[in-house]
Amino acid sequence: MIGVIVLLATMGDVLIAGAMREIGDFDVIRSHAGLKGAILAVLRNGRFFSGLLCMALSFFSLLFALSWADVSLVAPACAALTFVTDAFAAKWILKENVDRRRWIAAVCVCTGVFFLSR
Amino acid sequence: MTFRRYLVLGAVMVGASVGDTFLSKGMKQVGPVSLHHLAGLLIALRNPWVFSGIAFLILFFASYLTALSWADLTFVLPATGFGYVIIALLSKFWLRETISPARWLGIALITLGVGFVTRGPSFTNHTHPGPNEAVAVPAEASPQKDRHSA
Repeated sequence: MIGVIVLLATMGDVLIAGAMREIGDFDVIRSHAGLKGAILAVLRNGRFFSGLLCMALSFFSLLFALSWADVSLVAPACAALTFVTDAFAAKWILKENVDRRRWIAAVCVCTGVFFLSR
Repeated sequence: MTFRRYLVLGAVMVGASVGDTFLSKGMKQVGPVSLHHLAGLLIALRNPWVFSGIAFLILFFASYLTALSWADLTFVLPATGFGYVIIALLSKFWLRETISPARWLGIALITLGVGFVTRGPSFTNHTHPGPNEAVAVPAEASPQKDRHSA
């Protein structure tokens, strides 16, 4: 179940990040089309809604898991693992330049979230 | 990175943590909501803490989307992780809860991680030398630096 939650959360993050990359810099869009134009650009993007759906499914899966599993295990495990899977997905799917600095940051935040949630 | 963009990252950090804390405080005042009486959720909206919590969560999502439009996912995510630190500090100084040494270690690690990533480039520029090739170049090494490092 933790794997499903992490997978859905990662898919949601990657799809939304991909959508925002596709749409482009908000500051530039807003200077041309105003705030309304920037909001419309997001609402017209199909990938954004796919990402939103994955995030919603991940959230409800988490709620379902919390109804039978220990909250002190599921919540921190999902939050911490998602930082690492997001880094892998960003590197391989979004082709981001995940250098040593970003790997160290992902591991630090992942370990930190684990300790903080104990 | 401009000061304005640091403010957007700050809103990502503060929005989620303050929103969750306000929602938690509000829902404790409202009491349990049964699945058979979902209309109770509408009544919960009248609670100022719940209403403010939702406003902060909307601020978080708008800031998160804005940040992703000019920064990489692996740059923005540690900032969202810093929200856990803000929640822990709010619980200590506002709700008067105690923080164990393990939690202080967690706070230090997340702060270290966020500090690491914000000192690097925020965006990967993609150049396409061929139809099936994509080369990821850090923003600082790219000729399009001005657009993304501002």
